[in-house]
Amino acid sequence: MLSLEEGGFALFLVLLAFACLIVAGKTFDQVMAFHASVGALIAAGGVFYIFKNYFDDGGVQIPQEIDGKPNYNLGPIKFGAVAAMFWGIAGFTVGLIIALQLAYPALNFDLPWTNFGRLRPLHTSAVIFAFGGNVLLATSMYVVQRTSRARMPGKILPWFVIVGYNVFILIAGTGYLLGVTQSKEYAEPEWYADLWLTIVWVAYLLLFLGTIWKRKEPHIYVANWFYLAFIVTIAMLHITNNLAVPVSIYSTQSVIVWSGVQDAMVQWWYGHNAVGFFLTAGFLAIMYYFVPKRAERPVYSYRLSIVHFWALIFIYIWAGPHHLHYTALPQWASTLGATFSIILWMPSWGGMINGLMTLSGAWDKLRTDPVLRMMVVSVAFYGMSTFEGPLMSLRAVNSLSHYTDWTIGHVHSGALGWVGYISFGALYCLVPWLWNKKSLYSLKLVDWHFWVSTIGIVLYITAMWVSGIMQGLMWRAYDSLGFLEYSFIETVEAMHPFYVVRALGGALFVIGALIMAYNLWMTVRYGEAEEAEAAPTGSLAAAE
Amino acid sequence: MNETYTAVAGFAQTWGLLYFMALFAIVLAYALWPRNGKKFDEAAQIPFRED
Repeated sequence: MLSLEEGGFALFLVLLAFACLIVAGKTFDQVMAFHASVGALIAAGGVFYIFKNYFDDGGVQIPQEIDGKPNYNLGPIKFGAVAAMFWGIAGFTVGLIIALQLAYPALNFDLPWTNFGRLRPLHTSAVIFAFGGNVLLATSMYVVQRTSRARMPGKILPWFVIVGYNVFILIAGTGYLLGVTQSKEYAEPEWYADLWLTIVWVAYLLLFLGTIWKRKEPHIYVANWFYLAFIVTIAMLHITNNLAVPVSIYSTQSVIVWSGVQDAMVQWWYGHNAVGFFLTAGFLAIMYYFVPKRAERPVYSYRLSIVHFWALIFIYIWAGPHHLHYTALPQWASTLGATFSIILWMPSWGGMINGLMTLSGAWDKLRTDPVLRMMVVSVAFYGMSTFEGPLMSLRAVNSLSHYTDWTIGHVHSGALGWVGYISFGALYCLVPWLWNKKSLYSLKLVDWHFWVSTIGIVLYITAMWVSGIMQGLMWRAYDSLGFLEYSFIETVEAMHPFYVVRALGGALFVIGALIMAYNLWMTVRYGEAEEAEAAPTGSLAAAE
Repeated sequence: MNETYTAVAGFAQTWGLLYFMALFAIVLAYALWPRNGKKFDEAAQIPFRED
């Protein structure tokens, strides 16, 4: 018989498909017509698959355990891992294109769709939400199942979460190219995409909590605490920052309920906590599972991990106002933000030390295992960018660094170094486990990936430091009569060589990701199968 | 207006400080409590339990 879950999802998707059809038919907005049509097609496709699946397997119950071992649900995780690699390469490539546009503006091609202003949010959303988001979804589904020793609840629910999330990415990304944006940094998607993400995210929260609820392991492992903080906080941030009233349900446009400086404050409360809870807490969860797993030793101090968790989440949420120094925001508020940013040094470095010291007594593995090396370098980058960040949040430093390339350099040392490398490390571990392979196709290629992209990151961030500080100093230079010494265009001209170096660094990072994709593809396609006993530990380091 | 601001700021500055100190003390006590040690050592082994 059709289960309540299957029937419920089918009914919901049928209604959604019809709603989309009506909007697509009646709208006066071409982009809305396009997006509603895509929505109707995908919802109808979802209904088709629910019934196809039901008739194919005759409605049998999937066993929760096989031979007394949990029957883990890996299908949606595989989808997430593949999507992460795909969006990663797409997002890095768009980043390279816009880096080249800054160096050679002719590459804007004078077309609206390829303009820097539209491609920039495409790049940031593709790397953060599409690449990073799929890595987080895939790893969290894997980690919570294994550390709870229970199968994820539901048959349709996990697929709804992972496919639904990628539909959001598709709608958001195509929207940017067609000029749809609500002009909030890292929250550019318009109201209908936001509404859809809210539904998917609540489903994700229920899926995660449901797995923890079913757990056989009495203690909830620390990685799950970080994942849960990430999921709950992102829900709260996303809803608050996107409280907008649509102009009409047939329009892609909306008006935000916040105005003026309140809007700025909500935006940067959101923006900074997207860094704190999406790009930090979520990826720290990855660190707390994958680094011990790969190093084959437990985390350095479990006690420190508890202090790390509670300190980090209680402090991070207050740091946002440091984005608004020298604005209409009252000075006490931005001072408060800076103060909390400085306090964040403690939990950030506590976490970094915990990750790095997990290797104590096993440092020799860095020589032989490039995957572990990638994750350790990632944690080192985490330490470096969390040191730099609070420094830049101070009003005096911010007066030099804000609006310059220094900020871009800082963000990329965190994004390429920390988030990128911990994700690569996790995917290199995860792919052989998911497809039941003994090891990666080639550790040599991981080595190549590591060195090529490390050189890329170093070129990128050093170019941006030099360019940013130069830019800040040129802006504030006065001559003896009190006139500005440089016109704006002179600063742009001076930055050209650094833009070229930055693009070169980005190109190396893209090449590294292509090497990775080839390696993972060959692992899935030609890797030697693991013995019937699906016990992935320890077998990976022994390759080569 | 100004009086309200002073009152709210005063409240936040004193009670906010105490709130954070109290939370931190509770977290530290929980994490460092000797009797919890064994539980945490076992928890750290969770990723290595295979089935």
